[in-house]
Amino acid sequence: MNWTWLHKWGSPKLFYVMSGRCLPWLAFASALLLVIGLSWGLAFAPPDYQQGDSFRIMYIHVPAALLAQSIYVMLATAGVIGAIWKMKLADVALQQAAPIGAWMTFIALSTGAIWGKPTWGTYWVWDARLTSMLILLFLYLGVIALGQAITNRDSAARACAVLAVVGVVNIPIIKYSVEWWNTLHQPASFSLTRAPAMPAQMWLPLLLAVLGFYCFFGAVLFARMRLEVLRREAGSRWADAEIARLLEDRS
Amino acid sequence: MIAFASFADFLAMGGHGAYVWGGYGLCLALLALNVVLPLLARRRYLNDLARSRRREALP
Repeated sequence: MNWTWLHKWGSPKLFYVMSGRCLPWLAFASALLLVIGLSWGLAFAPPDYQQGDSFRIMYIHVPAALLAQSIYVMLATAGVIGAIWKMKLADVALQQAAPIGAWMTFIALSTGAIWGKPTWGTYWVWDARLTSMLILLFLYLGVIALGQAITNRDSAARACAVLAVVGVVNIPIIKYSVEWWNTLHQPASFSLTRAPAMPAQMWLPLLLAVLGFYCFFGAVLFARMRLEVLRREAGSRWADAEIARLLEDRS
Repeated sequence: MIAFASFADFLAMGGHGAYVWGGYGLCLALLALNVVLPLLARRRYLNDLARSRRREALP
């Protein structure tokens, strides 16, 4: 099989140009989806028949938790691509996505704790879902710490890739924790195969918020990766021209 | 349709106002932090470059 297309799309310069074009649209889509989804969820969705209005925390908790797991799968995928095809851009993506994933995990854990108090009567309980999410946070912190502690760039990339790939085993544990163990956390309310058991007024704003969080991740990841690509490529002709242009714009 | 009878009801969130608004406030603050940190890092990088270039340009 011919893999030249992969290396073409892995070129730092091409990434820099294309991501620069996508970024404003991602940022705009993210802002629009979040404003509509969250205000709809906060003010217009009907209250839950059991939880009343505290269920509105769902509109930030569920998107953050979904995104936190997706980002970790992305980390592992980037680790595999970087290890097999020696693609530097995959390493940049892995290292720059990890802090965003850690923040999303933290948002999911903290909004979950805040939601738990009025609903379960406690901020924290060591059940399987909460514990496996806490392990996800530690995996993210491990990837970040490894990347910063190892000064040799290639060794750091390999170590982060290995940790990302090994840690991905935690993702199915998070997903099925609510089925395998008797958890205080409720099982999933949504599935790809059946219609949601709630009115559209309730799940549509959640769908918008989820899309908004994913666009947010795309925009922030691109912004972070573009700076890192510029740093690593400084000295090459295109990067120096771009840096000169940026310095010109500032003054 | 708006799910609340008045703005005071909206703020109260059926008695769970502190949890709902606290959760949203924390989440939005952390999202904003994720936007601001890369922008600050970029500005710092360009500032450092500009400073070292000025130093090199001195006679």
